[in-house]
Amino acid sequence: MDSFFIFAGIAIFALMLPILYRIMVGPTAIDRIVAVNVIGTKTTVLLVIIGMVFQRVEMFVDFALTYALLNFIGSLAAARFFDRVNPNKEFTESEIKEQEL
Amino acid sequence: MYRLSIFLLLFGIWIIFSGLFDAFHTTLGLISAAFVTLISSEFFFADRSAGVGARIQQIIRLPIYLLWMLYQILLSNIHILKLALSPGDLEEVEPSLIRVKTNLKTDFGKWMLANSITLTPGTITIDIEGDELLIHSISKATSAGVEDDSMERKIAAIFERENS
Amino acid sequence: MIVDTICIVLVSLGLLFFVGGAVGVIRFPDFYTRMHAAGKGDTMSVFLVLVGLAVYQLGDFSLGNALVAGKILFITVFIMWASPTSTHALIRAGLEEGQKVWTRDDKKEESEK
Repeated sequence: MDSFFIFAGIAIFALMLPILYRIMVGPTAIDRIVAVNVIGTKTTVLLVIIGMVFQRVEMFVDFALTYALLNFIGSLAAARFFDRVNPNKEFTESEIKEQEL
Repeated sequence: MYRLSIFLLLFGIWIIFSGLFDAFHTTLGLISAAFVTLISSEFFFADRSAGVGARIQQIIRLPIYLLWMLYQILLSNIHILKLALSPGDLEEVEPSLIRVKTNLKTDFGKWMLANSITLTPGTITIDIEGDELLIHSISKATSAGVEDDSMERKIAAIFERENS
Repeated sequence: MIVDTICIVLVSLGLLFFVGGAVGVIRFPDFYTRMHAAGKGDTMSVFLVLVGLAVYQLGDFSLGNALVAGKILFITVFIMWASPTSTHALIRAGLEEGQKVWTRDDKKEESEK
């Protein structure tokens, strides 16, 4: 069973590599943030699997929980930041309506 | 009553997460749950008119909806898998933006509907403006599915039964 | 033995869906369609993998193991609940930034150039 968990961990790690391509190339900054978010979700699962391999799940499951929380808050914070600070911001339909009012 | 239920909820979560039942850790849990209840209990439910009994009824009706939702998530993942692995230049991908009106009144109901639309195959909610949802759909077949309001009726049956 | 089999089946199915999400993030043409792959490809796969691990954890039953399995299930519920929310926040940020929606016609124009 251990070898299966090691296989699963390596598979998840291997799946992170193509997403690293999106982080390096990804045309705009927000594409990169999305890719980081996807990798964060995978890392959460990977942490639990690492715990299984080392027979210390009760410890690693707390790390995984913390990481999931941080990942969620991080992506929300990035989204908020984009709302406020982006210099190239074009006005969307709803905002134009508000300005006319 | 409201604060007591929040306190019990938080303390239950503490018990699950700590896994230690000796006097020291239980006391710590009691203190921290009481503190968090004191400073932030106002944020949990903005609308408190429903009462505890009605909330419990909603929780009992929720699992059937969640099971149906899980099935929808499975379908949407198979859909993404098929699209991603289809050869050629992704012929089926034909994105479009759609506006949909909803009849749901409460914020929580709208949130639930937005999340459910995001998790069903091929559609993502971008924005909620009043009672209109802006939806991004990935292909023509899935845009047709948004017009169908079965999901909205399911949510209304759970959270807004007294209104309808 | 049965527990091991269930665990292996669930985790392998989850890995398959992870592949779908990863390939989608690479191949899809614009920001919005990539969000489809990123937001949805993760929910079911995380659910399957973590439920598989929780089942394995419950294989030799004790109070400690049950608590760990409970925590794993809590992570699952949290991710399935947070993923659509963060998808929504990010895609809205993208819209406000002025990301263009990709259509078939863009593709044709690109190939004509």
